[in-house]
Amino acid sequence: MKPAPLSYSRPEALSGVLDALRQSSGDARVIAGGQSLGPMLNFRIAQPRQLVDISRIDALCTTAMEGDALAIGACVTHARIEDGEIPDVTLGLMRHIARGIAYRAVRNRGTIGGSLAHADPAADWLATMIALDASVRLQSTPGVRQLKVADFVVGALDTQIVEAEVISHVLVPRLTASARWGHNKYAKKSGDFAESAAISIFDGERGVARVVLGRRAEPPALMQRTSEQLAADGGRPSGGAEAAVEADLRSLGVKPGDWTMHRVIVMRALRDMAT
Amino acid sequence: MSGFGIGASLPRLEDARFLEGRGQFCADVALPGMLHAAFVRSPHAHARILAIRKPVGFEEQVFCAADLAGVGRIRSTAKLPGFKPSDWPVLAAGKVKHAGEPVVMAIGSTPAEAEDIAAQVEVEFAQLPPVVSMWDALKSGASLVHDEWGDNVLVDLKLENGDLAAAKAAAVHTVERSFRMNRMHPLALEGRACVASYDSRLDELVVYVAHQLPVPLQIGLSQVLGISQRRLRIIAPDVGGSFGLKTYIESETVCVAWAAMKLRRPVRWVQDRYESLVCDANCRDYHAKVTAYADASGKVLGMECDVIVDSGAYSPWPWPAGIEGGLAMGNMQGCYDIRAFRGRAINVVSNKPAGQPFRGVARPLSCLGHEVVMDALAEAVGIDPVEIRLRNFVRPEQMPYASITKKTLDSGNYSAALKRSAELIDLPAVRARQKKGEPDGRLIGVGFASFYEQTAYGTGPFGYALWGIELVPGMEPAVARLTGDGELILEVGTHSHGQGHETVFAQLAYEVLGIDPRKVSVRFGDTSTSPVGTGTYTSRSMVSAGGAIVEACRLLQGPISKIGAHLLQCQEADVSLRDGRVFGPRGSVELAEIGRAWYHHPEDLPEKMDVAGLTATAGHKPHDPGVFAYSAHAAVVAVDPEVGSVEVIDYAIVADCGKRVNPLLVEGQVIGGFSNGLGNALYEESTYDDQGQPTATTLADYTAPTAPSIPDVKLEFIETPSPYAMFGIKGIGENGAIGPPAAIANAVNDALRPLKASVFETPITASRVRAAVMRARSAGGA
Repeated sequence: MKPAPLSYSRPEALSGVLDALRQSSGDARVIAGGQSLGPMLNFRIAQPRQLVDISRIDALCTTAMEGDALAIGACVTHARIEDGEIPDVTLGLMRHIARGIAYRAVRNRGTIGGSLAHADPAADWLATMIALDASVRLQSTPGVRQLKVADFVVGALDTQIVEAEVISHVLVPRLTASARWGHNKYAKKSGDFAESAAISIFDGERGVARVVLGRRAEPPALMQRTSEQLAADGGRPSGGAEAAVEADLRSLGVKPGDWTMHRVIVMRALRDMAT
Repeated sequence: MSGFGIGASLPRLEDARFLEGRGQFCADVALPGMLHAAFVRSPHAHARILAIRKPVGFEEQVFCAADLAGVGRIRSTAKLPGFKPSDWPVLAAGKVKHAGEPVVMAIGSTPAEAEDIAAQVEVEFAQLPPVVSMWDALKSGASLVHDEWGDNVLVDLKLENGDLAAAKAAAVHTVERSFRMNRMHPLALEGRACVASYDSRLDELVVYVAHQLPVPLQIGLSQVLGISQRRLRIIAPDVGGSFGLKTYIESETVCVAWAAMKLRRPVRWVQDRYESLVCDANCRDYHAKVTAYADASGKVLGMECDVIVDSGAYSPWPWPAGIEGGLAMGNMQGCYDIRAFRGRAINVVSNKPAGQPFRGVARPLSCLGHEVVMDALAEAVGIDPVEIRLRNFVRPEQMPYASITKKTLDSGNYSAALKRSAELIDLPAVRARQKKGEPDGRLIGVGFASFYEQTAYGTGPFGYALWGIELVPGMEPAVARLTGDGELILEVGTHSHGQGHETVFAQLAYEVLGIDPRKVSVRFGDTSTSPVGTGTYTSRSMVSAGGAIVEACRLLQGPISKIGAHLLQCQEADVSLRDGRVFGPRGSVELAEIGRAWYHHPEDLPEKMDVAGLTATAGHKPHDPGVFAYSAHAAVVAVDPEVGSVEVIDYAIVADCGKRVNPLLVEGQVIGGFSNGLGNALYEESTYDDQGQPTATTLADYTAPTAPSIPDVKLEFIETPSPYAMFGIKGIGENGAIGPPAAIANAVNDALRPLKASVFETPITASRVRAAVMRARSAGGA
């Protein structure tokens, strides 16, 4: 299928993007790598009158340390993260996650900002960024605001972003050298969105213990009891982990048919940390 | 003959153009002034059309059923008892019978413009209760797909033979299994596409179409369009895979052909993947219950089966839906010596796209049937799954063996193939590993599948002619022509859409005439230049067209030898053909000299030459009811009972397709077929919601195996020539697709046995495995 008629612009600077969005009266969409929006346009699920391409804006393609956080430009591709072209502040976690996103062809074009803005619940970055307690920086003509990714995501394919805003950066807190992480996921086949994915992070020095479960249809969930148990276990999951996981799965309302899958994926992520 | 002939693993001559992007598919055909078609499709599975409103200003570019003056309906018939043919309108009229059914065609100067116009068409529907599943179809008081039928049964076939009552009475073991094989999409790399153009000089409608049966399409399309066959030229150019999909008269092709005549402009339609997944004919969609009655040793005395096929809304032309049920039932006894049988196959219609034969055609279901009951029987008797099969196989010394379902199992050694497949996976080592347990908690399982495949169907009496369908294969033709410069053109009526005919057919010519395959052009797919054959299906091309090529080349040997002998001043009996030359007792001449003499210098010809000269036409009629290839598959899987995932960790195939003309291509066929079978077993499903809406409409939801999911198959061959085919060749195109659902299902259930869980539904998805484990656990299993 072909997209419905639309106009296309590719500003060279962020100000041009913000101007275009402001003048669009709500019928413009920002496009970066186009790996999700492209098919939606072709299916005519999305029918914006205007497409504003941010992929050529240099300021959104670079990274910089801002205190203890790495500010990653929204247009940094999964492939650049996979290839280690950005500073590693997560002890290899982001490279590991990037390597498992879809296929290389998707990773070559897909961007971290685009992935978060699209907010597919099963997307790898969403769960990872919530686990890392990362934030997004949203730019609009009036100014800048910053939101934790966990707060930014409202539901499946739904975020707090408003019409005239664009994600400019993703801010990832630096893990300390003693931190550890674990990850496990199950997808029907290589390259698919995960049916179940779990990321666990323990950073004792910063007092961080976070375990996140990603699912196919619901936004990633922070597993409260499991995270507390992980903190209590000092980052080396103990025999108490399983009961905590089960309590979290109950409070998340996981369906009986998916129960064993999510339980074992979280347990494997935790075990991944122990070794 | 060595070198390039039969048995040489010659790399494919056609690959260069495909790898360099120089292939010419329908989407590459661009004609001056070409317009583009887009279709408005039904958003409902079952609804009455109340009104169609064309967008203002586009009335001349938008067409509905009422506009298609002179276009008939697609009516695929069969002489099976009680068979009901469906009336298939090319654009829906009255009511729509499946989501995605075309209702309106819009024409634009670009594909996007055609879609824009289509998007403005308003169609008003009154929804009707849909018939979504085979169970819905059979319910009393069910909604009717075809109002005039009175029920939703397309055909109800029965087959009985032998003394089943006696078998039941004598049985010590009775095992029964029910299973479901869900709907799939054939999923060719290239979607469906066509370009139609009217040639006023020749008064001829030229239709380029991605299709595997150019001549049957010419016949069928001429009937639907109401124009004579001589005015209709079908060109099936390069076609990117088909697997049975591109065999029917597609509504879109009829509409586009009509539009090209009406508008006197070329019109093209190239579907996209979404359209393909929503509206193409689908395949599979079966349920079966199979019962085996056996003596104390596990020897099967009798078998019963009840098959239901969900054929979708319409019967495709030329192969009506009923043949699926007939094939599923008629092969249910497998490679086993069973002397009593009762089968029933009900084909029902539903509000889903038409059902279409797909690589393996119903045999994957038959195979699943006989192999699942064999494993059940092994368990009941308390013996190994290999042993139960060995006790029941038809033995080589019984061949040719007339089966209880009227198949002639002609050659081979089923036991040898199965035993070798078990060796290839190192069965004792796998059993030891299974017993020991995996460090990651996964469960190991082993499964086998042995089956035969009837290939290169003949005319009858127990095949096409018996069914009385629109197209019965008979004599398959070939033309061989030596050119003036001593090279060769072969023309055939089959079609290659991935098989490699341009290579293997040239190898046959080399075998007879000694011409380098690189100097042979193999031509097909154009009804104006190809001889009238019936196309490529039922793993038939090598046997049927291949046979004809050999016959034609042998005929051509006559004049070549005669002219050669004359030029060499020797006896015709003393010459031989090799290396592109004719050799006599003293010296040789190039084939180019033969060509030169015939075409340009008749003064050099011997007297009394046959006027046909250096063009030979021959036909070959395959044996009835076909030739029987077979295989043994062995699967080793690791099942994660918590996640439900299944990984095929080892897979072996031992196949026998008689003489292999090009072993490299045979290997490719088997591995390719295996990939289809793996998708059938574990991944692929065309899903619908309870309103009949397709829910697997992109390749994100319709999961097909990709390279990382496909294991390295250990592949070996046994070469038992068929006594009924030229050079003993048996078909191999579909073989690889038949065994995997059975072998993998048996392996998964072997793995799950300690949990007392089992899965009898394909694809065996993680959620189905988890559900089975959950059921077993709540039933108090291990």
